[in-house]
Amino acid sequence: MPTSKPKTTRNAHAGPPALPLGLGEDVVVLKPSIKRFYGHGVPGVQPEELGGRLIVIEGADGSGRSTQIARLVDWLEGTGHATSQVGLKRSNLVSDELDEAKHRNTLSRTTISLFYATDFADQLDNVILPGLRAGYIVLADRYIYTLMARDLVRGMDPEWLKQLYGMALVPDAVFYLHVSPENLIERNFAKDFALDYWESGMDLGLSRDMFESFIEYQKRIVETFRKLRTEYEFTMVDGDRPVDAVQEELRKRISAMLKDETMV
Amino acid sequence: MIAFEGIDGSGKSTQIHLLKRWLEFRGVKVFHCEWDSSDFVKNATSKVRSRELLTPTTFSLLHATDFADRYERQVLPLLRAGYIVLWDRYYYTAFARDVVRGCPPPWVRGIYDFAAQADLTFFFKAPLELCLSRIRSDRLEPKYFEAGMDLRLSPDPRESFRLFQQRLFEQYLWMSTEYSFRVIDATKPIEGQHQLVRRLVDEFIDPSQFTYPRR
Repeated sequence: MPTSKPKTTRNAHAGPPALPLGLGEDVVVLKPSIKRFYGHGVPGVQPEELGGRLIVIEGADGSGRSTQIARLVDWLEGTGHATSQVGLKRSNLVSDELDEAKHRNTLSRTTISLFYATDFADQLDNVILPGLRAGYIVLADRYIYTLMARDLVRGMDPEWLKQLYGMALVPDAVFYLHVSPENLIERNFAKDFALDYWESGMDLGLSRDMFESFIEYQKRIVETFRKLRTEYEFTMVDGDRPVDAVQEELRKRISAMLKDETMV
Repeated sequence: MIAFEGIDGSGKSTQIHLLKRWLEFRGVKVFHCEWDSSDFVKNATSKVRSRELLTPTTFSLLHATDFADRYERQVLPLLRAGYIVLWDRYYYTAFARDVVRGCPPPWVRGIYDFAAQADLTFFFKAPLELCLSRIRSDRLEPKYFEAGMDLRLSPDPRESFRLFQQRLFEQYLWMSTEYSFRVIDATKPIEGQHQLVRRLVDEFIDPSQFTYPRR
C-alpha cells in the first residue's frame, strides 16, 4: 500500500491509549458507501470503484490532530480495519520544493496556492484513491478545507478555489477540532516554545507582534471554516476538552458511520 | 501579450525570433517568454520516480504552479511597464495537453482564470507529417512526456509522439474559433508567414505605443 512520507514531527504526548481498543467486539464489515467528487474529479477514476472510508481531521497546529489520529489508528486496527494515513505537504512529488519555498517566501499567492494543490493532488491520486480502491480506511490529517481557508483569509477568489478543488473526493466524515486561540498558544509553546511564522499569518501584516498576529489570524481562520460549512459539511468538535474526551466523541461518531447507523 | 501556438515543428520559434528582432529594431520594449522553460517543472518531471507518480492532475497542476510564478512575478510587472510579451506557447498549450491527458476542459480552464487572455494568438497550422519531418533532424529522440509516453499510446517513443501530436493538433483546431486564433499557414515560406505576422501585429497591437522613452 502506498503511503505518504512519514511525518517528521513529534507526537510525544500520544502515550499509551487510555481508552479500550474494542478488541472484544465483532469486526464490522463495511458496506459500500456512495462516493462522489466535489466537481469534475480525477481523470479516469470512477467513484463506484472506491470502497473503504475517507475520514478527515481538520484543525489548527496544536489542536491535537496527530494525537487523535494516532489513537484512531490504534482503535481502528484493533477492530480489524486496515488504515492508511495522509497529510498535507507529505507528497513525494513536491514536498521538498514546498519546504524550500516556505523558507524563501518569494512566491506569489497564486503560485503557493497551486503548489499546495499539486501536493494535495499527488496524495489524492497516489495514496487516497488507491487506498480506498483497496478498501482501506484512509485518515487524512487535514484536507482541502485548510488549504482553502488559508487562501480565503489571504483574499483569493472563492469561486476559483472551488473549481480547483473540484478534483477532491467528498470524505465520508470531516471533523474540525476547534480549539480557542488562547489554548492553541499554550499548546504550541508547551511543544515547541515558539509560534510558527505561517500559522501566525505573519505574511499578512496583521500585526508586527507575533502573539497578536497569531490570535487574529487564528480567529480569521476559524471564521472562514464556519463560512465553509455552508458549502462543505463538517462536524465541529470541541477540542478544548481533554484528549480522551475528544477521542471518545470521535470514536462514537466514526463507529456509527462505519455501522451505517447515521451519517456524520 | 502575443501568444504563438502550434505543435512541435510548426515553425513558431522561427517566427517569434523574427518578430522579436523586428520589434527591437523599431525600439519596442519586448520580452520573450517560454512556456516550458522553468527548471522547477523540469526538476519535478525528471525525478526518477515521478514518471510513475505523475498523474494527469499533478502534471497539470505542476505546470500551472510554474506558470503562476512567472506570470505574477515577471510578466505582470513587465506588462505594467509597457512591454510587449511574446509567449512561445501560452496556456492554450496546457488546455491542449491536459485535455488530451484526460483532464476536464472546464477544470483546466478554470485554473488559469487568474491570467489574462493573450491580445493576439497565432496558430501555426501545418500537416502533422511536415511538422514531424522538421523535428526529426535536430531532436531525434523525444523525451518521455514530450512524446506523451504516459498516455500509453504506443511503446515506441516515435510512434507515441506522432499519435500525441495528432491529438494536440485536434485540440488546437477545436480552440481555434473559441479563442480567435489567427491561423498562419505554416506550409508557406518563412518570409510569407512573417509578412502576415507583421501585418497582424501592426493591426492589433500598434507596437509604436510600446517604445522605449527617448533620451
